[in-house]
Amino acid sequence: MVEEEGFRRYIAHIILWIGIAIVAFPVYIAFIASTQDNALIANGQMSLLPGGHFFETYYQTIFVGTSGSTREPVGNMMLNSLVMALLIAVGKIAISIISAYAIVYFRFPFRMPIFWIIFITLMLPVEVRIYPTYKIVADLHMLDSYAGLALPLIASATATLLFRQFFMTVPDELLEASRIDGAGPLRFFWDTLLPLSRTNMAALFVILFILGWNQYLWPLLITTRDDMQTIQVGIRKMITTTDALTEWPIVMATAVLAMLPPVFVVVVMQKLFVRGLVETEK
Amino acid sequence: MQKQAIFQSKLLPYALVAPQLAIVLIFFYWPALQAVIQSFLLQDAFGLSTTFVWFDNYIELFRDPAYFESIVRTFVFSFAIAVSSLSFALLLAVMADKPLRGSVLYRTLLIWPYAVAPPVVGVLWIFMLHPSLGIIARYLRAMGVDWNPLLDGDQAAALIILAAAWKQISYNFLFFLAGLQAIPKSVLEAAAIDGARPMRRFWTVTFPLLSPTIFFLLVVNIVYAFFDTFGIIDTMTRGGPGTSTVTLVYKVYSDGLLGGNLGSSAAQSVILMIMVIVLTGIQFRFVERKVTY
Repeated sequence: MVEEEGFRRYIAHIILWIGIAIVAFPVYIAFIASTQDNALIANGQMSLLPGGHFFETYYQTIFVGTSGSTREPVGNMMLNSLVMALLIAVGKIAISIISAYAIVYFRFPFRMPIFWIIFITLMLPVEVRIYPTYKIVADLHMLDSYAGLALPLIASATATLLFRQFFMTVPDELLEASRIDGAGPLRFFWDTLLPLSRTNMAALFVILFILGWNQYLWPLLITTRDDMQTIQVGIRKMITTTDALTEWPIVMATAVLAMLPPVFVVVVMQKLFVRGLVETEK
Repeated sequence: MQKQAIFQSKLLPYALVAPQLAIVLIFFYWPALQAVIQSFLLQDAFGLSTTFVWFDNYIELFRDPAYFESIVRTFVFSFAIAVSSLSFALLLAVMADKPLRGSVLYRTLLIWPYAVAPPVVGVLWIFMLHPSLGIIARYLRAMGVDWNPLLDGDQAAALIILAAAWKQISYNFLFFLAGLQAIPKSVLEAAAIDGARPMRRFWTVTFPLLSPTIFFLLVVNIVYAFFDTFGIIDTMTRGGPGTSTVTLVYKVYSDGLLGGNLGSSAAQSVILMIMVIVLTGIQFRFVERKVTY
């Protein structure tokens, strides 16, 4: 062990706490602002300590929304975000695990071309093909629908590759053993492979849930109805171009609410999160 | 690499790949193909007829100074975001890698911003640095800085870079920490026995051994700066003032919103696709090398 002298250790603690302060400061300010009076904030008189409007602001944010004419309760936006994130995470895992299963455990004509067709999608995020994708979703009458929100974001290969890699490491003896027990391909998949993949699926779920919850450009384009807005799109629309009308406490409360679910997932499921993050990075 | 133990079935494998294949073909290949085709077409003003114009849309794009500027701007942003975020994250990771009390707590407190969405990052930072009500802007004013990112393009750009780099700290920190922990302690001990001081140990032993991680993160950060900054830009400056924060992705979006030139917008998409493919290609080559280590 390389010994660290006490002095250097203190420096390390101090630098880390400065780092934490820098990372946490914007969020602290957001929380403080969400408990204060709008007039005070608009005058630039905001204090650095919590104000007394916590319950009032959060109640209005979640159940009513801003005072604008096209207001939408943030609770409803969170529900939309939740449905979208779950659809993306569950949908992607479901279709990927079965296609990886087919590619690893079967030999069939066009197996490799199909693998490559799926593989190439790794390369292009939805941002580079937004308008053509928008047109297709519109032609399929899927604007303002959960399917339209989720499906184009499911079309990518990360999860398939991950499961393929994992299946390759599963010992062949397992398959032979279950074949001797008389299990067919579906039985083997359900009884042996799925339980083995549980940790991988969970790690992937954590990452995909966060990515799904945080989607912005795509929902911005394809949701036109206010009641289909996700929270990320909703918060952008709360900041009016005429600054005087922006209700900052509500905006900040929305920011806090938008951060809560994914941050909660990262902190509580840290092990799975780190694992998923390291594994999905191609 | 192939499995030896496999199942025999004629139809089942097709049924299993069908859902993913269908989604990928409809929502990935079809739109990508459309973009490529459209980039070679010119539509008349009423959208009634289209003509095949070869590379005219591309040539026109590269003749447009605004497009050229947004390419340069995107690279400058990417570089600034990557360098500032990487160096700060490396400093924190080196500190957290030391045998300290509470290192698990430090890690938790440093990684959560990964989960904050880009538009929320934009909202948080514009609120602190808003010229009329921002809490940091107030101090900048007091220090005599003429701070107004809503009017000053350079300040707006700095604001975007700052916010985007802030978000990326946690990601870089996590990968640096993993990279540092993978360095065998015996190497560092050997250097210590040879009499190398901690600073020297870092630059001559740790840093070179960390270079694969640094390179990997550099590529990831550039891709991040290309695409994920969209949400930050859209909530903070909406590309303004003027066009001083319009990046390539933002330009595809805003040009398309105006609904004007379909061919040009498609050509921009195709150019972006090529850029991402090149970047991903670099990343893959690197990963392969790491595997064969």
